Amino acid sequence: MRYLPKSPAERTHMLSEIGVASIDELFAPIPAQFRLNRDLCIPPQMAESEIVDWFRARAAENGSGYDILLGAGAYNHYRPLVIDSLISRGEWFTAYTPYQPEIAQGTLQAIFEFQTMICELTGMEVANASMYDGSTAAAEAVMMAMRITGRTSAILARSVHPEYREVIATYAKYQGLPLTEVNFTSNGRVDLAALDAAITAQTACVLIQSPNFFGTIEDVAAIADLVHAKGALLVVSIAEALSLGIVRPPSQADIVAMEAQSFGVPLSYGGPYAGVIATREQFIRQIPGRLVGQTTDRNGKRGFVLTLSTREQHIRREKATSNICTNQALVALMVNIYMDVYGREGIKGLAEQNLAKAAYARRTLGAKAKVLFDGAPRFNEFVLQTSEEAYEISHRLAEKKIIGGFPLTKFYPELGNAAVWCATELTSRAAIDAAASEVNA
Amino acid sequence: MSNQDIRKASTHISQNEGLIFEHSSPGKKAYRLRSLDVPEIDAAAELGDALRTESAALPEVSEVEIIRHFTRLSTWNYAVDHGMYPLGSCTMKYNPRVNEVVARLDGIAGAHPYQPEMISQGALRIMKSLADQLIEITGMDAITLQPAAGAHGELTGILLMRAYLESKGNPRKRVLIPDSAHGTNPATAAMVGYQVENLRSNQNGMVDLAALEAQMSEDVAGLMLTNPNTLGIFDEQIAQIAEILHRKGGLLYMDGANMNALVAKARPGDFGVDVMHLNLHKTFSTPHGGGGPGSGPVACKAYLEPFLPKPVIVETVVGTLRLDYHRPQSIGRVRAFFGNFGMFVRALAYIMANGPDGLRQTTEDAVLNANYLRKKLEGTFDLPYATPTMHEVVFSDKLQSKLGIKTGDIAKRLIDYGFHPYTVSFPMVVHGALMIEPTESEPLEELDLFVDAMKSIAQEAIDSPELSRNAPNSTRLSRLDETAAARKPILRWKPEVK
Repeated sequence: MRYLPKSPAERTHMLSEIGVASIDELFAPIPAQFRLNRDLCIPPQMAESEIVDWFRARAAENGSGYDILLGAGAYNHYRPLVIDSLISRGEWFTAYTPYQPEIAQGTLQAIFEFQTMICELTGMEVANASMYDGSTAAAEAVMMAMRITGRTSAILARSVHPEYREVIATYAKYQGLPLTEVNFTSNGRVDLAALDAAITAQTACVLIQSPNFFGTIEDVAAIADLVHAKGALLVVSIAEALSLGIVRPPSQADIVAMEAQSFGVPLSYGGPYAGVIATREQFIRQIPGRLVGQTTDRNGKRGFVLTLSTREQHIRREKATSNICTNQALVALMVNIYMDVYGREGIKGLAEQNLAKAAYARRTLGAKAKVLFDGAPRFNEFVLQTSEEAYEISHRLAEKKIIGGFPLTKFYPELGNAAVWCATELTSRAAIDAAASEVNA
Repeated sequence: MSNQDIRKASTHISQNEGLIFEHSSPGKKAYRLRSLDVPEIDAAAELGDALRTESAALPEVSEVEIIRHFTRLSTWNYAVDHGMYPLGSCTMKYNPRVNEVVARLDGIAGAHPYQPEMISQGALRIMKSLADQLIEITGMDAITLQPAAGAHGELTGILLMRAYLESKGNPRKRVLIPDSAHGTNPATAAMVGYQVENLRSNQNGMVDLAALEAQMSEDVAGLMLTNPNTLGIFDEQIAQIAEILHRKGGLLYMDGANMNALVAKARPGDFGVDVMHLNLHKTFSTPHGGGGPGSGPVACKAYLEPFLPKPVIVETVVGTLRLDYHRPQSIGRVRAFFGNFGMFVRALAYIMANGPDGLRQTTEDAVLNANYLRKKLEGTFDLPYATPTMHEVVFSDKLQSKLGIKTGDIAKRLIDYGFHPYTVSFPMVVHGALMIEPTESEPLEELDLFVDAMKSIAQEAIDSPELSRNAPNSTRLSRLDETAAARKPILRWKPEVK
C-alpha cells in the first residue's frame, strides 16, 4: 500500500523488538468473537489514475459549465487562483489546531487577521476563529443570546434561510428554548408590528437575516431599536457575505452569525464552508469556539495564542459554551486570502458588480413575470413569481445548461409559483437573456 | 544533548513578516474586476439608506505580497508533511494528494447544492458510495454524512438516541461518561438536555463494570464510550458493557475518534454499539487544515434509522439517486445542505486507494507503531497502565516531575528535536499525561529518531533541566505568555494611533 512507509522486513523487526510473534498478538485485546476474519466488502485497491478516472466520471455526471442563476445560501463567485496555490502548501493543510503556539504561529497569525477582517466587515468588535457554517453559527448565536440574557425563548424571522431555521430548531429542541416565527410584509421585510407584539419578557433574542432569504435587505436599525427596547438581543445572520462590500453593516446587532462561503470558498455541493460569530466585546466570555489573541513571548516579541479557552469543552466539559472543537480553519484561511486579494476597494467594486447584474436580471426576468417585494432594497437576489411551476422552468433551463432559481413552493406556499434568483459577477448578460427567454409570462 | 547534536532538525533562516494590514497602502491591489456587460448602476439610488458609507478597512496589497505573506507565515507552522505529529487522539496521518486533486475537479468543486438532482447524480453517487462503504467498515445499518465534525457527530448521535427513547415513551435523564472521555462528550450530552454522570475507570483503565451496573437505571439514556479509549486501551468487556446498558433499555454510543485502531480488524456494529460517529479527518485521511474542516458521519443500527437527519439519499428503481426529505420521525437538520461534501470526496478516494487489504495493513501498522514506541520508551517514562495498548500509548511524567520537569516541558523540548509534541496532560485520568499516537504514516527511521529524542530529553531532565524548562530554544518565538493573553484579550489588530 503506497501510503505505508514500511517494508515487510521492518515490520518483522519491529514485532521482534516488541517481543511478539505476530501482529495478531497486538490485537488480542479485542475479544476473538469480535475480530473480523474476512476482507471488508469494499472495492479492491485502485491505482491513482483509476481513482482520478472514477471521480472524473462522477464530475461529468454532475455536469459542469452551467450558468448559475441560483444562490439561496451558496453563491457562485470567482475564486482567485492564489487561494488554492497558497492553501495547497502542506504547512497549512496538514497541520492541526494550533495547540503548540511556538510551531503554529502561521495558523495563529492568519486566524488573528481573519478575526480582524470579520470585525471590519460586520461592524462588530470581536469575531471567533470560525464555526462549521452559517446555519450552525446562527444556532450557536441564538444559544449564546440565551446565556447572556438568562431568557428562555427566541423569535426567528420567517425570511431567514429555511434550512438555517431547521438547524436552529434541532439545536433548540432540548435546550428548553421555544421558538416562534414572525412573518414578512409585502416588501419582503420583517413585519415590525408583528415583531413588536411577539417579543415578551422571556425573549432572549430575535434572529433576522439580511439580506434575507428573498435577497431583501432588512431595516436593521429599526428592528434593533424595537428589540433593544424590550431588553432582548438582536442576532443578524448573513448568508451572502459579499453584500457587506456595499450594504451598511449590521452594527446595531448584538451578535452577527455569518456564512463566509462567498469569499473564495468553492460551492462544493454545500460544504465545507465557514461560519463565523462576531459580537460586542462585552459578550466575549459567552462566545462559542476558538479565539486567537495577541501576546508576547519571553523576549517580548509579538506572538499569538489560542485564548479564553476556559469557555471551551476541553476545560469546561458539560458547562462549556458549546461542544465545538474542530472548526473550519482552512476555509477561514481561504476567506482571509480572498479579503486580501480584493481589499478595501475590490470588495466594494465586486459588490457593485453584483448589484448591477442582479438589477439587470430583475429587469429582464421582470419583463416576463412578476418580481415580488419591490418596496425594499435588495443585493444580488430577488423573487420572481411565474405562471408556471418553478420546477418546470428549472427543467427547461437545465437543458440549456442554465441552473435557474430556487423554488419557494415548499417553504413559502403562499407565494405561489415563485423562486429566488441570483446574479453574481460571474453571471453573463447572455445567460440572463437566455433564462428570460424560457420564462413564460 | 546540545542542540547541535540533534539529528532530525537544524535551524534555518526564517523570514520575518508582519500582519497583512501592516503591508497595506491605499491604491495597491491584487485583482482586476471583469468588464461589466450590463449597465452600471447607481448604488446609492439602488440601496438608499442601506448603502454602506464607510468601507471595511480591509488591507490593500498586491498579489506578490499576498503570496509572500502566506508563504512566510506557512513556514512558521509544523505539519504532518514535515514529520511525525504524534498528537494522541488526533490521528495525524498522511494526507494523500490525489484526494486534493479529485475534490477540486470542476464538476465536483463547482456543484451548487441546490442544482437539480438530475445534474447532481455524480455528487449523490459519491455520497452513496462513501455511505455504503462506511456502513460496511463500521458494521452498522445506516448512516448520515451531514455532521460537520466529530463533536457535531456526537450531537447528532445523542439526538438520535434521545429521539428513539422518546418514541419509546421516555427520553430519560442522564448520560454516563467515563472519566477518560474527550471534553466534547459531556458538552454534547448537555446540549441535548441530559445530565452528565461520571463513570469511574478500573485499575486497568477500562470501564468499572460494577460501577456501571450500579449506576445503570431506567433513568440513564446511555453511555458515551470511546473504544479504544483515550488511554489507547480496547475495553475487552465491551460485550458486557453493551449487555448491561441494553438490559435496562439504554443505548451504547461510541465516540469513533480512535477508529484508526479498528478499521478492517473489528466492527463496532458487531460488538454491541448502537450509534457512533467517525472523524473523516482522523481515520480517513482528510486533512486537518490547521483546525478543520472536519467531517463527522454518524452510523447507527436499523432501529435508529428513521430518526436520521434529513434528507437521506435513496436509490430509485431505475438506479438514479434522489434526496428524500419526507422523514416524519427525523431529528431534523443539523446543518444546512448535506455536510462537508469536499471531505466525503477525499475520504472516499482514500478508501479506494486502500481497498480491504490496504485498510487492514493500515490499522496493523498504526498499532504496530504505537506498541513499538511503548516498548522502546517503557522504563524511561512511567507507564501508568500496564494494560496492552492499541493505536496510542499514554505515559506520565511521574519520573521527570520529581526533577521538576513536567509533561508540558518535555513537549516543548520535543520541538527543539524537530517533532510536534504529543497531546499534553490528557486524558485527565493520568496525572501529567503524555499521550502519543504515531499513526501508520511513520517510517521506522522517524520512530527511532523520536525514541532517541524522548530518551535524550529524559536524560537532560537529570543533567540539564533548564533545556526543557526554557524550551523551545530554537523556534522563532520562545514560550508565549498565555496568561497575559487571557487577562487582557487582544483579539483583533488596530492601527497604531499616530
